[in-house]
Amino acid sequence: MHLLYQILIDPFVQMGSAPDLLAQTLWEGLVSGMLYALIALGFVLIFKASGVFNFAQGIMVVFAALTLVGIYEAGVPAFIALALAIAVMFLLAFVVERAVLRPLVGQPDIILFMATFGITYFLIGFGELVFGGDPKVMITEPLFLPKGAITYHALGGMVQLQKLDIAAAVIASLMVAGLAVFFSKTRIGRALRAVADSHEAALSVGISLEQIWVIVWFAAGLVALVTGVFWGARSDVSFALEVIALKALPVLILGGFTSIPGAIVGGLIIGLGEKIVEFYWGPLVGGGTDAWFAYVIALVFLLFRPQGLFGEKIIERV
Amino acid sequence: MLYREAGQFKTTYEKDSAIFPILQDRIGIAVILAIAFVGVPATRSDFIINAVMTPFLIFSLAAIGLNILTGYTGLLSLGTAAFMGVGAYACYKLTSIFPNVNIIVWVIASGFFAAAVGVLFGLPSLRIKGFYLAIATLAAQFFLEWCFIRIPWLYNYNVSGAIEVPQRELFGVIITGPRATAETRYFIVLMIVVAMTWLASNLVHGRIGRMWMAVRDMDIAAELMGIRLLPTKLLAFAVSSFYCGVSGALMVFLWYGGAEASVFNINQSFTILFMIIIGGLGSMVGSFMGAALIFILPIALRYVPEALGLPLQSSTVEHLTFMVVGVLIIVILIAEPAGMARLWQIAKQKLRVWPFPY
Repeated sequence: MHLLYQILIDPFVQMGSAPDLLAQTLWEGLVSGMLYALIALGFVLIFKASGVFNFAQGIMVVFAALTLVGIYEAGVPAFIALALAIAVMFLLAFVVERAVLRPLVGQPDIILFMATFGITYFLIGFGELVFGGDPKVMITEPLFLPKGAITYHALGGMVQLQKLDIAAAVIASLMVAGLAVFFSKTRIGRALRAVADSHEAALSVGISLEQIWVIVWFAAGLVALVTGVFWGARSDVSFALEVIALKALPVLILGGFTSIPGAIVGGLIIGLGEKIVEFYWGPLVGGGTDAWFAYVIALVFLLFRPQGLFGEKIIERV
Repeated sequence: MLYREAGQFKTTYEKDSAIFPILQDRIGIAVILAIAFVGVPATRSDFIINAVMTPFLIFSLAAIGLNILTGYTGLLSLGTAAFMGVGAYACYKLTSIFPNVNIIVWVIASGFFAAAVGVLFGLPSLRIKGFYLAIATLAAQFFLEWCFIRIPWLYNYNVSGAIEVPQRELFGVIITGPRATAETRYFIVLMIVVAMTWLASNLVHGRIGRMWMAVRDMDIAAELMGIRLLPTKLLAFAVSSFYCGVSGALMVFLWYGGAEASVFNINQSFTILFMIIIGGLGSMVGSFMGAALIFILPIALRYVPEALGLPLQSSTVEHLTFMVVGVLIIVILIAEPAGMARLWQIAKQKLRVWPFPY
């Protein structure tokens, strides 16, 4: 009886008695959910356009952030370093397309998936070789990212919002909006959607697959850079971030592999859910639930909706 | 000239469907077994026996397990290491509760615990497939890893949070614990791996293996042919997890001698997935080849700069190893997406017509 009370009633009593803590937890959940969503967005971009499940997205986030900090530490002004990091991401997209995707056209999905593991390993080794394996501190002030927190006295207590998180939310929304416009209004965006629909049909109307793939991987690289800046600013820039990037996978399940709104909504649900469960139910089982909660939610969810929240319905034909 | 089946007539169906239908293959496997049983221990090198061969065999067993699930049944799994962990922790608990029972019995029995857990996490496989299933198995990976850390009962409330292998004897010979010799442990691992490989090989060549492959090639068609999908897929999960569980138990009891939960982390799962994809999906010999390449290659690479006389720091060598492994994975996939097992088949075909190719 006591156990049932602890599981079913006590957490809600806690929520009701300290609404400021609840608001704070919700905010934290939203912010981390947004970062998951950004990583998932990179996955979705590449999966939509080339059908490649890009495992390297997580490491691309770390690599982009490392490149930025590494170049800055070499004495280059911040915004030139940012431009150079963008150039490096473009180069990466170009090399990946030339050296990995092009020779593997038409292979089964699992082979391409495996190849992105190869990219992951290469980037880990390369990044550590060039920039060193020590955790680095993300540059924030030279990029004019705000510091400090805004404190609201409300709900019978106080709620702290980090200015950096607000900036991240604003920039992420701008980026998503920009991508949406790019996809729906520009010539290249339309070509991208055509490729996502059908490779053969796109080829037959004269769209160059190679070009599209470079663009998509570059777009994913840009998303990775933005994610890397904000994530790196919250903790350190190190390869430990890679494991956190795996959290983007359950987000993908919730949202569906091919849906950009799905990635965002899924990210927010996972971020909110795991923070709330860890804060209110975690102590009952000894904490650390955020290591697996996202995956179990995704697993349960899959049983009822295998194609995700916004994914296209899977129709199988024999 | 040497490798040719001319003159070897098969007079019964049994001979025709044998796994090694050609005499040269049977001689080859006998030579390999002789090297494994006699040649390797004869080196008397602790490094070769304990740091190369024993882990290679253990990884091969895990690779066979994953290959049954992914290669033969077509269900992608990223939770291999967690199932290995279930085997290791089950074996540890069993031998601490019943210390007098033969440890080999518990190593095998721990496989059944892993199989039960595997079936539980395999249940969603009926509804989902492909990458979605892969991510679902990640739930098993992270949840079980969390259990290994947060449930102190599993590691007997040790302060360190690690499991330490107690000393156990078999017929008066110490086989586990710090005082067991490398040779003894190697022989135990070798015998278990050989027996289980033989079993797996018979399994996949028989009715059950054909059912698995039918499900892999097209599950709807398999269902129409009268194969019940749920039992078939769950059986694949059970057998695969059984193999992984045994290999996990072997890994802790006969190689590491003690382990923390972090041994069974996600990277271990990925390593074993690499092994079967590089080695060859749906191939027994591929499991061994992949394990050899992925496990032994980094060890070998560490000695290359030294042999060339290049003065590199050990951390630099490690980073270079990562890069080389990454590039090699891509190169092998481009050269032969079906894995090294296919390369071996092509080589055999070339050998048959050598020296007069037509």
